Amino acid sequence: MMRTTRRTARGGSGGPIVRSAGVAPPRTATLLGLVALALLLLPLAGLLVRTPWAGLGTLLTDPSVLRALRLSLLSSFAALALSTILGVPLALVFARYDFPGKAVVRALAVLPMVLPPVVGGVGLLAAFGRRGIVGGPIERLTGVSVPFTPVAVVLAATFVAMPFLIVTVESGLRLLDHRLEDAAATLGADRWTILRRVVLPLLLPSLAAGMALCWARALGEFGATITFAGNLPGRTQTMPLAVYLELERSPDAAYLLSFVLLLVSVVVLVALRDRFLRVA
Amino acid sequence: MSHSSRSATARSDPRQPGRLHARVEVHLGTLDLDVEVVAEPGEVVAILGPNGAGKTTFLRALAGLIPLDAGRVSVRGAVLEDPAAGVRLTPQDRHVGVVFQDHLLFPHLSAVDNVAFGRQARGERRTAARQHAREWLDRVGLGEHADERPGALSGGQAQRVALARALATEPHLLLLDEPMAALDVDARREIRRELRRHLAAFGGPTLLITHEPLEAITLADRLVILEGGRIVQDAPPREIARRPRSDWAARLVGLNLYRGTGRDHDVELADGTVLATGDRVVSGELYVVIHPRAVVLHAEQPVGSARNVWQATVDSLDLYEDHVRVHLVGGVPIVAQITPAALAELELGEGSRVWVAVKATEVDAWVA
Repeated sequence: MMRTTRRTARGGSGGPIVRSAGVAPPRTATLLGLVALALLLLPLAGLLVRTPWAGLGTLLTDPSVLRALRLSLLSSFAALALSTILGVPLALVFARYDFPGKAVVRALAVLPMVLPPVVGGVGLLAAFGRRGIVGGPIERLTGVSVPFTPVAVVLAATFVAMPFLIVTVESGLRLLDHRLEDAAATLGADRWTILRRVVLPLLLPSLAAGMALCWARALGEFGATITFAGNLPGRTQTMPLAVYLELERSPDAAYLLSFVLLLVSVVVLVALRDRFLRVA
Repeated sequence: MSHSSRSATARSDPRQPGRLHARVEVHLGTLDLDVEVVAEPGEVVAILGPNGAGKTTFLRALAGLIPLDAGRVSVRGAVLEDPAAGVRLTPQDRHVGVVFQDHLLFPHLSAVDNVAFGRQARGERRTAARQHAREWLDRVGLGEHADERPGALSGGQAQRVALARALATEPHLLLLDEPMAALDVDARREIRRELRRHLAAFGGPTLLITHEPLEAITLADRLVILEGGRIVQDAPPREIARRPRSDWAARLVGLNLYRGTGRDHDVELADGTVLATGDRVVSGELYVVIHPRAVVLHAEQPVGSARNVWQATVDSLDLYEDHVRVHLVGGVPIVAQITPAALAELELGEGSRVWVAVKATEVDAWVA
């Protein structure tokens, strides 16, 4: 106890490693933790080491790369918008209503989080494909075909990413003190006012975290996209697909594209954090 | 729903606040609540009872947050809820102001926006609502804290903002749910005084939910003792102090309750005894309350700082599981609550002579 206090005090002035709180973990656990850290950081290090920086300028002016980057950004943000507009209401329903079979419905709704994305892609084809249970009638009635279009890219990303937003927002809703909503009701606020002026502002940290997770998942989407939207350069080829394709043709380009994707992720997440998470 | 609300509002005249008549039956889990309470305009009725008696359920039912199983609630002659007739106004449409136990201010809004919330929700423009809210904050003495978030306010300040928030909507009925339970002793004293002033200014009926007898006696015109979902007694404080009808209510009697005349820091009781109080009291008719725990007994004349010291005779002893109540006569009749160990140490029995000491700060006085 005494020693801990002394060491903590010394560490406070920028000294060596100190334990911040609680009981120190066994040495084995610390070592395994370091292995985990290596496993997580080595790929990033490898990427930085192997990226042929000289090619960055040429690559970033390559129209096909720019098209893939543009599509990735547009589709991931479109998926984020769609997930927010639809996912927040579903989270509200899950958090505030009880109905028979709710547990099953809820589990199925967030299944895409654990489902292999390629299975999701096959499912999307079965639903919205030209012979799909919904896509077939739609095409017969309107002549519009969804698969292998940019719309399909957005749908695929939304399918895999929205559940992350739903579970985050729902758990945030459960943590809210619902008596605040009672208080608002006694003050004369209707449901919309309560949602707009009490629930959403208090939900902001959860919402921001859910949106960040959702967007990141949408940006990285690969399996469902390639299955449902295909890999048409300039039309449905997103950055992850381009990276994979380049890896076969020119590994250097793949490294560069990966680095660009990494950079975009970091920049957007930091921006989101500064913008929203600080509010928490 | 909204239609019935409009007609309810139209029928009532805000300048003529009317009585509350509530017959409430709610069955919730193990609670079986069945009570009838009437409160006149300007009257403060305390609903007093042990935990689990159904006090908060009763309040939530009146506010429309819990549906009635049976009964009828009307304010100013307008029916808020009548299950038999299929009438049930939403909380929004009831014009019932509620001050919740832990204030429940909106943590993301400033004090002024909290108070303005209700008027804005009822359609008033933001600037007008905020202007009105500032006036209310001035009235509860928090004008300087208007722009602070609830997190920056003390418990007492937050509760005053909550009171302002409820009153700013000009409710037809005011409900206070243990408004001082979450406060420390000093804040309680301060809020009690404030509440008394604001409740006097509020023209409608007020229900005060509490499990603190002192709170009830100091603030209410009438006490309703609620136990196990039923009303055990419904009477003015002094009547219940004289003839409590349940063990729980008997604890009210344990409070030493006097009447007297205030004079600077002292109160002169009806029998001529003068008690020193910690506060500067207003002159005129006062109630004085001394909690039996604050009455200290000594075998020898104490030399401590207590300002009220006199010699008394033990009239009788009531033994409880963990404490003893000593009834003392000679001088001001008073009840002291002490531990069995203290009883043994003092070697007290009926007829024993003993010194009584009460600190001035333990003598609570308020205007009758």
